[in-house]
Amino acid sequence: MVGLFFAPGTGGQQPPSAYRGIMADLLRRVADQADPAAFRELYEAFGPRVKAYMMRMGADPGTAEDLAQETLLAVWNKAALYAADKGSMTTWVFTIARNLRIDRLRREVPWQELPEDRLAEASAEALPDEQLAEKERQERVRLALSELPDDQREVVVLAYIEGLSQSAIAARLGLPLGTVKSRMRIAYQKVRTALEGMQ
Amino acid sequence: MTITHHLDDATLMSFAAGSLPGTLAAVAAAHVSMCSRCRAEVAVHERMGAALLSEIAPQKLEAQLQPSAPSAGSGDVRQLQPIERMIGGQLEGVRWRWIGPGLWHRPLACTGGGALQLIKAAPGASVPDHTHGGSELTLVLRGALVDETGTYKPGDVADLDESVQHTPVADSGVGCICLIANEQPTQFRGALARLMQHWHGL
Ligand SMILES: [Zn+2]
Repeated sequence: MVGLFFAPGTGGQQPPSAYRGIMADLLRRVADQADPAAFRELYEAFGPRVKAYMMRMGADPGTAEDLAQETLLAVWNKAALYAADKGSMTTWVFTIARNLRIDRLRREVPWQELPEDRLAEASAEALPDEQLAEKERQERVRLALSELPDDQREVVVLAYIEGLSQSAIAARLGLPLGTVKSRMRIAYQKVRTALEGMQ
Repeated sequence: MTITHHLDDATLMSFAAGSLPGTLAAVAAAHVSMCSRCRAEVAVHERMGAALLSEIAPQKLEAQLQPSAPSAGSGDVRQLQPIERMIGGQLEGVRWRWIGPGLWHRPLACTGGGALQLIKAAPGASVPDHTHGGSELTLVLRGALVDETGTYKPGDVADLDESVQHTPVADSGVGCICLIANEQPTQFRGALARLMQHWHGL
């Protein structure tokens, strides 16, 4: 399935938001023309972060790189399926990476069903405006997260990026489980509120 | 199906983050598969995940990836309903094990520390009181379950804090079948329950 390997990608810095805006175009080129250059750009934009995510979840660098490749290969293979939805590509990549991580790195899980293509039902009739609205939504989420107080942000990051259960977070931070849950709820409500009127 | 009892925001967050313990995630997935409201919430939680993912300090890739032509048909993954997948068939085909007056159960295979089981309760039977070691999720599949916090019908999920004492009773008319996940191995309270546990190696 994997073809050639060539020069390492750079993928150094946070993509500026203008750059993130063209992800959907790159994806369309992948979907419509199986354009390898467009795919390479997507890989360089997302691959290094997916690899970092897998490492934060406990994967060794080699496994993390494999999982990053698998994640982006899924993007490549499913791009046509996804193209109907001009919506949140970054969210789609996150769900693919998360599902792979659950499959491979969390052995105790009996199974877990988290469809990756659920997004299609949310905005099947994506309009030209939709890309703009999508960028706005992403920006609002980013801003809301950046404004979280440290104690709330901490539990959110431990849940999403370190993969810790609520009980594990409570143990790690020496907090009652109820406190962990309420910090999560408050953090979520802030993000939810930031998106109000945009759903 | 009108669903009135949903997953807690914190549960949805852990679920979307992929960090909900396996047994709880199984029940959460089953509820989400039935509930458009929670699906929409999960989508917002996933947006948070995406935003956090793009904030991670990147790790340099060792190799560039050159994919071959997209593989045909990779998109149409036919998805079983989570419940059927879990019990390996239809609810009607479940082989129940008697655990007490008006009460049957069927432990479901799962690895890891928690417990996952189907419980069938005759009309008016009370569903055993678990000690809440960690979190517990109860999803009603058939009939109805009634407790201090309300009536739970098919699709409804009881996602209650540890602090909440509840004594669920199966609907007096139709009884109840529900799916219960515990983060910790289940321990039923009371002498009879302990005896049952001893007999059945719960
Ligand atoms: Zn719900």
